[in-house]
Amino acid sequence: MRSKRECLVSIGVWLLAVMGLLALDISPGLAQQGKAENEQQVHAVITKVPEKDRVRPNPLESDPDAVAAGGKLFEQHCAECHGKKAEGTRRAPTLLGRDVQQATPGALFWVVTNGVVRRGMPVWSKLPEPERWQIVTFLKSWKASQNDKERGR
Amino acid sequence: MHAQESPYIVTYDHYLEEPGSLEVEYYSTFGTQRGGNDFHAFWAEFEYGVKAWWTTEFYVDGQTTFHDSTVFTGIRWENRFRPLQREHFINPVIYIEYEQTKGGDKILKEVEGHDVQSDYAVPNAVADKELDHELELKLLLSRQVKGWNIALNTLSTKNVSPDNPWEFGYALGASRPLALKASPKRCNLCAENFNLGVEMYGGLGDARSFGLHDTSHYLAPVGALNLPSGWTLRLSPGFGLNDNSHRFLLRWGASREFSGFGEIVGRIFGGGR
Repeated sequence: MRSKRECLVSIGVWLLAVMGLLALDISPGLAQQGKAENEQQVHAVITKVPEKDRVRPNPLESDPDAVAAGGKLFEQHCAECHGKKAEGTRRAPTLLGRDVQQATPGALFWVVTNGVVRRGMPVWSKLPEPERWQIVTFLKSWKASQNDKERGR
Repeated sequence: MHAQESPYIVTYDHYLEEPGSLEVEYYSTFGTQRGGNDFHAFWAEFEYGVKAWWTTEFYVDGQTTFHDSTVFTGIRWENRFRPLQREHFINPVIYIEYEQTKGGDKILKEVEGHDVQSDYAVPNAVADKELDHELELKLLLSRQVKGWNIALNTLSTKNVSPDNPWEFGYALGASRPLALKASPKRCNLCAENFNLGVEMYGGLGDARSFGLHDTSHYLAPVGALNLPSGWTLRLSPGFGLNDNSHRFLLRWGASREFSGFGEIVGRIFGGGR
């Protein structure tokens, strides 16, 4: 009888501890931070990418399926934090900013692979390398379509 | 958001739960028992990503021994910490678990020390009287190579009572998705959603008698199907590699990831602004 009570108390304590951990997440969301601060954080991450990774070419750049496949992967793995249209949420910054759009494919691949663990972005090396390149191709396709629009004006 | 889950059931890779996500998992193990009744052990896991470098997990275990009874066998609280911020050649994760389990615990989530199959033949009425408090430490090492995940876990367990020595064990795993490139269409049964591999695990004795004598070992093919809806299904037939092992273990499980769970609870507690 006593051990049953101990067991229940332990479960209760652990559940409370876990709930407490959740409640500790009181840092202001990224959406609440200023746009400039947001941009600074992204800039800081992109500039940390080692040179040899920055210049890595995208092997799937001309793959006709890469944008569509990357879009699917973005929706599955990235949109929850970065927003469905990459507009940013309280959990992660927008990917439509200048720093991301001007980053090389190699730099974006490096950030996807290594994450920004201290700031809450997990490493995504669990996705096979070709899938990470597909995501990069999708991200870079926005800039391409934006340039096309500008040329059409 | 949902992760590309590994197919392992015993082995851990170095990937943690995404921050703010809750993964609810159910697993079963059917095991054959020499000199006793076969059993079906089951457990539920609640895995939460506190930070990108810290995952905490709570387990509730039970088992049914055929022609005997069904019993609740214990609880576990596990924490995994990622000390390095980036990907490296080998990626370590530190694992710390406290468990409060009864003698009848049969989930075989890890095999350690001199655990042998005859330990599991004890009737539930007898095993239920033994209550163990254990601290378990693991070093999880893992890396990705050309689409393959290779993982090595070493474990050491100490029963809190002072007369019990540290016990040791290991788990090894290798797995790979069937396709490395995603198809452009949303699909449930595409090759990229299947992840297949193999794991091997067993005991390494204890601090008084380290080694392979009187230990049990298993080899188990593993497979997972990651559905775009966030569900993951796993299946693993396991085979005992010596006479001290159960001849056959069949494991299966289902899990569902709930992203943004932390944000919702944080709002309830007034944390989210």
